[in-house]
Amino acid sequence: MDTALIDWSRLQFAVTACYHWLFVPLTLGLGLVMAIMETMYYRKGDEFWKKTAQFWMKLFAINFAVGVATGLILEFEFGTNWSNYSWLVGDIFGAPLAIEGILAFFMEATFFAVMFFGWNKVSKRFHLVSTWLTGIGAAISAYWILVANAWMQNPVGTAFNPDTVRSEMVSFWAVAGNPIAVSKFFHAVFSGWMTGGVFTIGVSAWFLLRKRETKFAKASMAIGALVGIVGGFAVILSGDSSGIHAAKYQPMKFAASEGLDDGGRKVAFSIIPGVEVPGVLSILATHDINGFVPGINDILAGYTDNRGNDVLPVDAKMWRGQKALTALKIFRSVKDSPDSASLAQKALCERVIKANAQFMGYGHLKEPSEVIPNVPLTYWSFRTMVYTGFLVLLILILVQWFIYKDNIDNKKWLLILAVIAIPLVYICGQAGWIVSEVGRQPWAIQDILPVGAAVSNLSVSAVQTTFFIFLAVFTLFLAIEITIMLKAIGKGPKMEESESEHINIEK
Amino acid sequence: MSLGVWPKIESVFRFYVDGFKNMTWGKTLWIIIIVKLFIMFAILRVFFFKPAMAGKTDEQKSEIVAKSLTSMNNTNTDKYGYSIN
Repeated sequence: MDTALIDWSRLQFAVTACYHWLFVPLTLGLGLVMAIMETMYYRKGDEFWKKTAQFWMKLFAINFAVGVATGLILEFEFGTNWSNYSWLVGDIFGAPLAIEGILAFFMEATFFAVMFFGWNKVSKRFHLVSTWLTGIGAAISAYWILVANAWMQNPVGTAFNPDTVRSEMVSFWAVAGNPIAVSKFFHAVFSGWMTGGVFTIGVSAWFLLRKRETKFAKASMAIGALVGIVGGFAVILSGDSSGIHAAKYQPMKFAASEGLDDGGRKVAFSIIPGVEVPGVLSILATHDINGFVPGINDILAGYTDNRGNDVLPVDAKMWRGQKALTALKIFRSVKDSPDSASLAQKALCERVIKANAQFMGYGHLKEPSEVIPNVPLTYWSFRTMVYTGFLVLLILILVQWFIYKDNIDNKKWLLILAVIAIPLVYICGQAGWIVSEVGRQPWAIQDILPVGAAVSNLSVSAVQTTFFIFLAVFTLFLAIEITIMLKAIGKGPKMEESESEHINIEK
Repeated sequence: MSLGVWPKIESVFRFYVDGFKNMTWGKTLWIIIIVKLFIMFAILRVFFFKPAMAGKTDEQKSEIVAKSLTSMNNTNTDKYGYSIN
């Protein structure tokens, strides 16, 4: 397969996924922020909280409107650019994506509409429930998308059927309860809370820097910082769980994200190249300072893992993968022949495929070294995610502290930092997905299908054309969103009736 | 369906109609959504993102993918052989 075709197809998918992830975390986080604000209105009956919630709902709606259906482009690309992959996984992806589609449609169409059209038309309680359910619906949608993603990282609950050439579901609950899906879900949702919290404090800081809407800005900041801090600490905990799972199910990704050539016990964590903290990587991978962490060379040569299991060297996996593919080829050639010799051969092929299907993807590799992802990109993306994440969390904590001390107005440096934290939290989230997706290369489906075998046989120019069209159209949409968002922020909340100090400032 | 259900359906319908009628800034967002969906489904999907195996039966799709997977099998026959035994 032409490497240019694979690279362009991957780049197209990566840009689409990154674009999609610009909108999702803000939906998840701002959904919680505005629900808390409306809860304040419900409990206190103060119009101030109603106007505050309405302002953030407006920004939520803008983000939602521009972000809506961007994920569908990924599904277009599955069918066009990744047709082998799509056919192979169709049975697995169908169920979670159908659940996601139905939930997203019914919950969002119903409760989103009540949230925006229902002020003064439904009871306060029903409106509040609708606002919460809009946010909860988005989180539930995210779960089913992540179930599909997690299956690619850890393909469980399925069996390969040589007759249909598909991975078919044998246990819905194994697929739905995939441990990677669970840890990814919490990591993604909490990072969304962090994004929503940072967005709220950043926008509020802008108001304070302009000496506008001070009561509104401080109240919003307090809630935004709280959501962001809770999300931030939860991201650390769920990130720990993601690390354990990566080390267990995708050791090459884990080794690449550390740039670890040779593993061992009491392995140090690399802060930056040349600066290390002894023993920490073993703790992160196994929760045990004496835990064995395989490096890239160990994975290539084979090793014994922490549970005492021998992990095959890559060339042995390649041999087994080739056996599975050869058996598939023979199976396909005899599958419709009724004679007894063919039936016997067919039965043998089925046994061979079943015994080696878990390594089928290795049969496509030419060299063992092909299982190594882009180490510098994975290594630096991981550090970008961690360092920007901790910096943003520190900013959130400082904001909450000075809000508590009631002197945030005087901390111009912190207000500027809070505004800067908005792009930082997006960089953090994008870097996280780069670690997750680049780190698992060359696999479209871990160990079963490499990207080179997953891609459709199209011309490179056709993929380049769709790539640049997508880039142009969706950059335009992003520019429109940012323009509308900035305009809405510039107008500010409608606080005339309830926030007299704003009127005084304006005078 | 009992007659008592119709007023409820009508009120839900009116809720949506009134909501859309009274939108202010929301109208801009709906225009964006409609333009975007038009571009996605009437242009991108129709002209640029045609499913690679559109129009094929499931049996044909299985055959195409099987051929594709096995033809890309980079078996080194000297080193490993094609035996499945």
